[in-house]
Amino acid sequence: MRLVFEKRNSVSRKAIILVPLVSFLVSLFLTGILLVIFKANPFVTYASMFVGAFGSWINFTETLVKAIPLMLTGIGVGLAFRLKFWNIGAEGQLVFGGVAATWVALFWAPFLPAWMVLPTALIFGVLAGALWAGIPAVLKVGLNVDETLVSLMLNYVAILLAQGLYYGSWIDPDGMGFPGTKMFPKAAWLPRFSGRAHIGLFIALILGLVMWVVLNRTKWGFEVKMVGQNPRAAKVMGVKIGTTVLTAILVSGAFSGLAGAFEVTAISHRLQQGLSIGYGYTAIIVAWMAQLNPIASLFVAVLMAGLLVGGDQVQMMMGLPSAMGIVLQGMILFPMLAGSLFTDYKLKIITKDSQEVSV
Amino acid sequence: MKRVLVILLTVLMILGIGFSLSSCKKKEVKAEAAASAEPFKVAFIYIGLPGDLGWTFEQEQGRMMIEEELGDKVDTTFVENVPEGPDASRIIRQYAQKGYNMIFATSFGYMDPMVEVAAEFPDVYFEHCSGYKSSDNMATYFGRMYQARYLSGIVAGKAIGQGDSIGYVAAFPIPEVLRGINAFTIGVRKVNPTATVKVVWTNTWYDPVKEREAAVALLDSGVKLITQHQDTTEPQKAAKERDLVSVGYDSDMGKFVGDSVLVSPKWNWGPYFVKTVEDAMNGTWKTHSYWGGLKDGVVELSAFSDKVSQDVKDLVASETKKIESGSWDVFWGPLKGQDGSVVVADGAKMADGDMLGMNLFVEGVVGNLGQ
Repeated sequence: MRLVFEKRNSVSRKAIILVPLVSFLVSLFLTGILLVIFKANPFVTYASMFVGAFGSWINFTETLVKAIPLMLTGIGVGLAFRLKFWNIGAEGQLVFGGVAATWVALFWAPFLPAWMVLPTALIFGVLAGALWAGIPAVLKVGLNVDETLVSLMLNYVAILLAQGLYYGSWIDPDGMGFPGTKMFPKAAWLPRFSGRAHIGLFIALILGLVMWVVLNRTKWGFEVKMVGQNPRAAKVMGVKIGTTVLTAILVSGAFSGLAGAFEVTAISHRLQQGLSIGYGYTAIIVAWMAQLNPIASLFVAVLMAGLLVGGDQVQMMMGLPSAMGIVLQGMILFPMLAGSLFTDYKLKIITKDSQEVSV
Repeated sequence: MKRVLVILLTVLMILGIGFSLSSCKKKEVKAEAAASAEPFKVAFIYIGLPGDLGWTFEQEQGRMMIEEELGDKVDTTFVENVPEGPDASRIIRQYAQKGYNMIFATSFGYMDPMVEVAAEFPDVYFEHCSGYKSSDNMATYFGRMYQARYLSGIVAGKAIGQGDSIGYVAAFPIPEVLRGINAFTIGVRKVNPTATVKVVWTNTWYDPVKEREAAVALLDSGVKLITQHQDTTEPQKAAKERDLVSVGYDSDMGKFVGDSVLVSPKWNWGPYFVKTVEDAMNGTWKTHSYWGGLKDGVVELSAFSDKVSQDVKDLVASETKKIESGSWDVFWGPLKGQDGSVVVADGAKMADGDMLGMNLFVEGVVGNLGQ
C-alpha cells in the first residue's frame, strides 16, 4: 500500500471550505498540547489572545495599526508571487519608502504649502518602494539575475542605509547624540482616527479593492495571470513578458513603500529604530494564506496582526516565555499552509490489488 | 478557500467588536476595584531575556529585590523580548490599562513610546532607564557606569603587554556606549599608555550569535583581551575559547564564564528600585533624573578573578576611593580626542550634560563613531 498525491483537475469546492477549517482546528489542537505541556490552560490562553487582539476597541485599534502595513505589503508581495517573481524584499522596500517619506517630511516641508507636505511624502514613499523593487526586477528581466537573492540582500542595504541616516547626517541635533531624526512637522503627520489607528487603513482597503478589480477585470491583470501561469503561452499570445513583470514588480514595491511611508508619518513621526520589525517578511505569509488574493489579504492581515498583538498576552497574562508567543504563531500557521496542499491535490491510497481510494 | 476565509474573518471581526463593547463596561468596574485593592502593581519591560546573564538579568535581580523587600505589598511582573521603537508603546499602554501602578522600561529605545503613554495615564508612575526625556509622572534612571568601566580598564591594561590592543564588542554608537568605551580606554591607558582599544559595532543589544561573531573577528585581528557593551556573555566565552582573558559587563560574568573574566563592571539596581517603588507607594514620588555612581553603589565592580594580582587590586581600590570621594572623576582634563585634539583642558571638568550627550572617542580608541 502506498500514498500518492494527485493534482486535482479542478479545485474541489468541498476542499475549499473544509481544508482551512480543519487545518485551523488541527493547529488549535496541536498548540493546545504544547500549552498543556507548559501547564497553561489552552482555552484560557486562546481566550486571552483573542481578547488581547479584538477584546476592546483600543486593543482592536492596535491590531489595526499592525494590520495596515501587513495589508499593503501582503498585497504587494502577492502581486509579485502571481508572476512567480519571488520578491522577498518587501521589508527593504518598506524601509526605503519610509526613508523617502522622511526626506520629504524633514527637508521639503519648509518649501511646500502645508497641505502638500503629506501627499508629497506619501508619493515619494510609493516611488521609493517601487524603485527599490525595480532593481531586482530590471536585473531579472534584463540579465536574468535571480530575484530572490537580490531582493533579499536589498533589505539589508535599505535597513543599513536608514540606520546610517538616523545615526549620521539626519540625526536630531537636539537629541544629545541619540539615534533618530527630528520629529516631523505636524503637516507631515498622517491623521489618526482612533488611538494609533490611522486613515492609512481606508487607503489600504480601497487599494485592496482596486487591486482586485485591476487583476480580474483589466487586460493588464489578465496578462499578469497568464505570465504567471504559463509564460510560454503568454509569449505566443503576444504578451510582452518583460514589460508585464517590470510594471507588476514596480507596483508591488510601491505598496510596500507606501506602508513604510505610513509607518513614519502616522506612527513614529520620525525615522528611528523600530521601522524594520519584520512586516515585509510576515507579508509573505499573509500573501500565501490569502492565496495571493488582494481582498483576502486585507482580512488575513487583520488575522495575522491579531496573532501578533494577541501573542503579547501569552506573556503578559499567562506568564509564558516570549518564545511561546512566536511558537504559537508558527503552530497556527503551519497547518493552514500545509492544508492548502489538499485544495490543489488529492491523496490517493493505492493498495496491493490496486483498488484506488481517494480521500 | 478565500471565500471561506473572508467569511470566517468577518465573523471574527464582528465578534471582536461585540466583545469590545461588553468588556469596556467590565473594565470600568475593575478599575474601581483595583483602586481599593492592596498590592502595588509594578511591571517591567525587558529588551532581552532575564536569562541573558547580562543587562536584563541585572534588571531582573532588581525586580526580585523589590519582591523580597516589599513582599505582599507589591505585585510585580515582566514582559521580555519587547522590540524598541513604536511597538513598545502598545505593551506599555496595555499594562497601564490593566491597572498597573508603576512601569519600568529598561532600554533606551522605549523612551518615546513611554513619553507618549505617560501623557495618557497621569496617575501611573513611569520609570525609564538610560534616556533623557521625563515628565511629571515619568522619571529617568541610570548609573555612572563609566566610573566602574574606568576601573575595569585599569585591570585590563595591566593584564596585557605594553602597547597591545584590546577588542571592544559594542552595541550602538550612542552616548551611553561611547562613555563606556572612552572611560575604559582612559583606564587602560593610565597603566598602559600605548595600548589601543579596537571597537566593533554589532547594531544590536541582544543577539548572542552576532556578539560572538564580532568577538571572534576582533580575536582574529590579534587583540589580547575582549570586553564588551552587550547583553550576553558570548564575547567572554569566545575569548575563553582562545585561552584569552576578558573583562565582563552588566553582571558578574566570572560566575557564568569562569576565572578568565578578570572583573566585571556591573549594575546593582535593587536599592534604587526599592526606594522609588516605596516613594510611589507612599505618595512621595517626584519626577527625577537619577544618575548614581560608585558612591551610591548602583554601579560597582564585581569580585576579581584569581588571575588579578594584589597590586592591581590595590591600585583599583585607591582609584575607587578617589572617585567616591569626589576628588577626581574620569572625564576630568587633560583629555585628548581620538585625533589628538584637546577635548577637556587641564584643570577643567566635563559637565554632566556633555557626558550624557557624548559623541566622541578619546585618544587610544581605534574605530569610528558611525556604523
